[in-house]
Amino acid sequence: MQLRVRALETILTEKGYVDPKALDFIIDAYETKIGPHIGARIVAKAWADPDFKHRLFADATAAVGSLGFAGRSTHLIAVENTPRLHNMVVCTLCSCYPWEVLGLPPVWYKSAPYRSRAVIEPRGVLADFGVTLPADTEIRVWDSTAETRYLVVPMRPAGTEGWSEEKLATLVTRDSMIGTGLARAPGAAS
Amino acid sequence: MNGVHDMGGMHGFGKVEPEPDEPVFHAPWEGRVLAMNRAMGYLGLWNIDIGRYSRETLPPHVYLGSSYYKKWELGLTNLCVQFGLIGDDELAAGHALHPAKPVKRTLTAADAPKTLSRGNYERPAPAPAKFKAGDRVRTRNINPPSHTRLPRYARGHSGVVECIRGCHVFPDAVAAGKGEDPHWLYTVVFEARELWGEAADPTAKVSIEAWEPYLEAI
Repeated sequence: MQLRVRALETILTEKGYVDPKALDFIIDAYETKIGPHIGARIVAKAWADPDFKHRLFADATAAVGSLGFAGRSTHLIAVENTPRLHNMVVCTLCSCYPWEVLGLPPVWYKSAPYRSRAVIEPRGVLADFGVTLPADTEIRVWDSTAETRYLVVPMRPAGTEGWSEEKLATLVTRDSMIGTGLARAPGAAS
Repeated sequence: MNGVHDMGGMHGFGKVEPEPDEPVFHAPWEGRVLAMNRAMGYLGLWNIDIGRYSRETLPPHVYLGSSYYKKWELGLTNLCVQFGLIGDDELAAGHALHPAKPVKRTLTAADAPKTLSRGNYERPAPAPAKFKAGDRVRTRNINPPSHTRLPRYARGHSGVVECIRGCHVFPDAVAAGKGEDPHWLYTVVFEARELWGEAADPTAKVSIEAWEPYLEAI
């Protein structure tokens, strides 16, 4: 693949369609700047700041836009996990994912097992991630079939009263923001 | 199209296997493919739905047998050939052999930061929304051989409109070369039992985003 891709880039560059420096910039941005740490900051802020939380659930695009991250989100929707409701996000048709706040999706998110099973057997998928929810918790699976993008706000772990946003953000995992995981408990290994 | 990309509800693919400490890219070429897709998309010759359709129309065994970024490379190459930007002879040679086709714009390094933000797909509404939150609707039983974003598992089922998401570019039209043809977009929620039968998890619900042409009142 390396040779094949290099040939394609060579042709596109020689014809002036792409600038390798622009490609370098995009790759660097996803390797070093845009990733789940952004989503973790958003979730931690929602946990710590009731006004921001209110704005996030009312209009996530505007609320996240006000924080000034490298990539601007559009049609972003935040959904809240509670003791009674667990949200989980999938794209059964391709790989739609909130790149601006979580970075590039992991391989499993784009894989056939996840895309096929999340909508028909969500508790089985959660079991693959080691997550067991109470039998009466409602599970809501969001299939991202349009240009709307979903960010799950996991439940804030107990025992974190008074924590700063920075410290809270360390508990927010990528998977907890997709809905295939829970936020870490304080003191749990990262 | 009823393709293998439309995977919701299929059996036999096995367990989900998360990779601990997964790197952003597993090989340098994956990043080049991602970035080339962004840069070529910036030319404005095709939109996100046409890009998706280029991957959906890969032969089923190629789609299922290729990694994510390999599919992107195959789809991008097909689009470049289809739009007359490169030739099969150039791909075979590994170099440009013909003059470039004039294009409106290309992505410079200075403009590259723009591609980190998502485009806006909302458009002015040509007509008032037909449905409102709380309405019961049924998805149409459609089987177009072309691009659609109504998954097979959600066709011909009744659900509830939860929310109106605005009036958005209609993928079915744009991928068929019929322009953006914006329509109202709704979040429609289904009980898992409505989709999968009585044996399904009674605590589960599934929602899709459905454009108005996918829906009928019940």
